[in-house]
Amino acid sequence: MGLLSKKNKEVLVGPLSINNPVIVQMLGICSALGVTSKLEPALVMGISVTAVVAFSNVIISLLRNTIPNRIRIIVQLVVVAALVTIASEVLKAYAYDVNKQLSVFVGLIITNCILMGRLEAFALGNGPWESFLDGVGNGLGYAIILVIVGFFRELLGSGTLFGVQVIPQVFYDWGYVNNGLMILPPMALIVIAVIIWVHRSRNKELQEN
Amino acid sequence: MNRDSNSYTIIYAAVMVILVAVVLAFTSQSLKSAQKQNEDNDKRQQILRSINVKVPANQAEAKYNELIKDAYLIDGNGNKVGDAKDAFEGIKEGYPVFVANVDGQTKYIMSLHGAGLWGPIWGYISVNDDKNTVFGTDFSHQGETPGLGAEITKPEFSRQFASKQLFKGGVFKSIAVVKKGKSAEGQDYVDGISGGTITSQGVSKMLYDSLKSYEKFLTSKQ
Repeated sequence: MGLLSKKNKEVLVGPLSINNPVIVQMLGICSALGVTSKLEPALVMGISVTAVVAFSNVIISLLRNTIPNRIRIIVQLVVVAALVTIASEVLKAYAYDVNKQLSVFVGLIITNCILMGRLEAFALGNGPWESFLDGVGNGLGYAIILVIVGFFRELLGSGTLFGVQVIPQVFYDWGYVNNGLMILPPMALIVIAVIIWVHRSRNKELQEN
Repeated sequence: MNRDSNSYTIIYAAVMVILVAVVLAFTSQSLKSAQKQNEDNDKRQQILRSINVKVPANQAEAKYNELIKDAYLIDGNGNKVGDAKDAFEGIKEGYPVFVANVDGQTKYIMSLHGAGLWGPIWGYISVNDDKNTVFGTDFSHQGETPGLGAEITKPEFSRQFASKQLFKGGVFKSIAVVKKGKSAEGQDYVDGISGGTITSQGVSKMLYDSLKSYEKFLTSKQ
């Protein structure tokens, strides 16, 4: 079996669209509301979650034949919590400003449903390499949605992207106003709902009758 | 070995927890000096921003040493109770004062602590040598809403405080943060953040409460 056999490719690419954790499985919605009012924290959050889910998948996959069944959720939590703590400490030491922006949300990666979902559903039953690909795929699937939502919320809510003004001043002079509602969490839900709508209308097999 | 036995489960859990503890302790210890450096430089940047000096983190220490001539800790009566190290570290009880020299003029920088909507907010305020007219401010927060309350960190907000006065007719009044378009009776005021009402009120209260502790220092002539 090659490193990127057909099955492995499916594991990696599936979560980006047809099996996306956020817009198909409806996991990790909570943090998608919290960190997406600006594009930069959304991107860093996406990268952090990708790193944590990939490595915790690998660790749990390596341990999967030794973990006592009755405490497997606790073992998963400990591994995730340890990785998140390390990620947060590293950010504090080498990316202090971004860490300040994300504040509590880095710690809250521990409670991200995608992590537990992938560990339970995939890493406990598959080898380390497949688990790594699955983690990267799901992390990126999550990151893509965060970035799309962050893009629209920052653009329409603040008129900026990555903190740089992109809507020209003349628009404001003509009477254009930033939509303050976009910055509030409810609009993140609505933006995600619109993404789901578009996604389902393009993928007929996802539609329920 | 039976993976469902009690002893296996207990030993597994114990070993796992000890291993994780060792890894985390090692990570924390090895990154500590870099983190401390970041925190100190962040604090220096905040103090410098309150006298309208903006520098990148890697130049903060040099600029700080150049501009901040003296620092000490005072108590509620304005008496000195600590040296520069106490003032910067903020562990010892008291109120820090940083004395800066900007273009030959003396500025006094005081620290502020208060509560916003979701968590603590803090900042620094500098006054001219009359100890009344505000020279500059800088605000920070832990978890205010991005785009709303978190806007207090923006220069558009902190810049408004310049040349406002803390005392009216010799009486301490502080500076009010009010809703845009409103005004405050008998004291200087600035516009709050629209959509960040609770945070704006927090800044207003923080200014009053924190500066009240400095009142004796501000009214003393030396």
